[in-house]
Amino acid sequence: MLRYVLNRVALGLVSLLLLSMMIFVAAQVLPGNPGRIVLGREATPNAVEQFNHALGVDRPLPVRYADWLSDAVRGDFGANYTDGRAVTDDLVPALQRSLFLAVYAFILCIPISILAGVIAALRRGRPTDRAITVTGLSLAVIPEFVLGAILVTLLGPAFLNWFPGIAGALIDASFVTKVDSLFMPALALALVLFGYIARMARAGTMEALDADFTRTATLKGLKQRQVMVRHVLRNGLLPTIAVISTQVGYLFGGIVAIEKLFGYPGIGFLTVTSAQIKNFPMLLACVLVIGVIYFVATLAGDLLTAALNPRVRLARQS
Amino acid sequence: MSSPQLPVVVEGAPPLSPKPLDTPQRVRRETLRLILRSPTFIIGAIVTLFWVTCAFLGYQIAPYHPIDESFGFSYESPSWNHPFGLDRVGRDIFSRVIVGARSVIEVAPAASLLGVTLGSLLGLLMGYFSGWVDNIIGRVIDAILAVPFIVFGILLLTALSGTSEGISVSSLKLVVVIGLAFMPIVARTVRSAVLVERDLDYVQAAKLRGERPPYIMLVEILPNVMGPIVVEATVRLGYAVFAVATLAFLGYGPQPPSPDWGLQIAEQYSDISLAWWAIVFPALAIASLVVAINLIADTVQQVLDQ
Repeated sequence: MLRYVLNRVALGLVSLLLLSMMIFVAAQVLPGNPGRIVLGREATPNAVEQFNHALGVDRPLPVRYADWLSDAVRGDFGANYTDGRAVTDDLVPALQRSLFLAVYAFILCIPISILAGVIAALRRGRPTDRAITVTGLSLAVIPEFVLGAILVTLLGPAFLNWFPGIAGALIDASFVTKVDSLFMPALALALVLFGYIARMARAGTMEALDADFTRTATLKGLKQRQVMVRHVLRNGLLPTIAVISTQVGYLFGGIVAIEKLFGYPGIGFLTVTSAQIKNFPMLLACVLVIGVIYFVATLAGDLLTAALNPRVRLARQS
Repeated sequence: MSSPQLPVVVEGAPPLSPKPLDTPQRVRRETLRLILRSPTFIIGAIVTLFWVTCAFLGYQIAPYHPIDESFGFSYESPSWNHPFGLDRVGRDIFSRVIVGARSVIEVAPAASLLGVTLGSLLGLLMGYFSGWVDNIIGRVIDAILAVPFIVFGILLLTALSGTSEGISVSSLKLVVVIGLAFMPIVARTVRSAVLVERDLDYVQAAKLRGERPPYIMLVEILPNVMGPIVVEATVRLGYAVFAVATLAFLGYGPQPPSPDWGLQIAEQYSDISLAWWAIVFPALAIASLVVAINLIADTVQQVLDQ
């Protein structure tokens, strides 16, 4: 197990390093001269040169990358091109907002989708199963902002007026206000995840239903309830729970458009706004943080899967 | 009395009629028949064809010009003359939704084709050579896949618009960026299909004949992994529409006064309490196209997996 963990962490770190190199090149080299970007077309070459020198971008690329990386590892992502403030000043609160929204979306999504998956497995091949599967498949492929817009039309100010269509920054808002204002963005994200988690739960439950131990449990006279809870669900759903964490990365793709739609300044919103004003240090930090979140979540999922699987857990180091 | 005619069997000759049941042509025809008969495929195909027709003939089909502002008030609610109502500056939303199909359908198929082509080539290389080639490219792919493709698209499109004023995004740039964003995931799928094939006898035989790697990959292995590639292509097409619509919503696409669906939603969302019709019709258009393509993809996948 230890060997597996170390191996998995090492591979993750290598990929993370590669990712940081790629986004550094994308954000620092592809756009060209930062002085020209910030100061505009009319600036004198002299001013541009001075700006670049002050920023340190006239040094060779490997030096700049090493410098940036050693700062970034310590949580310092440099200063905005636009106003010179530290990137982390805006990044940290944005990240907290996004995490709140993400957790909210998962809390809405997980119970319903697991229930739907189990029902689909029990009604395998029948119309209920087909309906759940097709609904899940369709919801999973509709862009999040489209789902959000349709939800707001139905539940928002236009008709039912149950929830607000705009969230805003929610600074100093009470927990209840937050939960209320973020219900629709969280629901839109939850609906997108629904299909995938329901499918995993369905597959896991079906496998457990077909397994020999379930037949044995039924034949030895256990009540159907006991068979379901102690044998089928326990074996069928544990892998599903581990798989859910791999969906965090997917969620953060959707969060970009959803935060933009609802005007909620999380990390997705920050990614879009910093890209629009070409504030590359901020954009770079946002993309890297999203990548790190994905890696941590996937790692957690893999380790959890391994921990639940005795064949991996008990493997001896040879 | 004539004895019944016995078929003459010649060693190594092709079998006489009746033909065996599983010639490649027959299998292909049977697969196609299964796909075409599926109700999910038919629904998906009808909706997709509708939007493709709108993309090509939108200006002819639409009752009004999509940027004609001469109908009077802004945000007029749906009526007989304007079934989807009027938008903020008084343009006919029905016409805008129909013509708006063009910007998506112009980019999405080309982008997924590019992504699938590049990804397949990369997957063939990784699967065939395995070893360190596979290892290095595999790590790079892991790294790219850590970033959701929308974020990848934003980063690349912003970087490519460099020192120019604002963000300039042409259709060609969108095709290339979305294609590149899809390449890693396609490569991963194709790679695992190639890994199954590479140790089979026909590949060994080709190697022993002294065929060169490009020949083995493209002529021997590629036809045998077309199944997963076709499935991947249909699935990617759905995601390409997803990506184009989302990027347009975020400002990376057609600019006003274009009737693009994502752009319409972005422009008018803040007025949703005044005029839900300006948001919901373009939204339903995107949803119907994406779901339709995925119904097709789902059928193709189920039939080919059988």
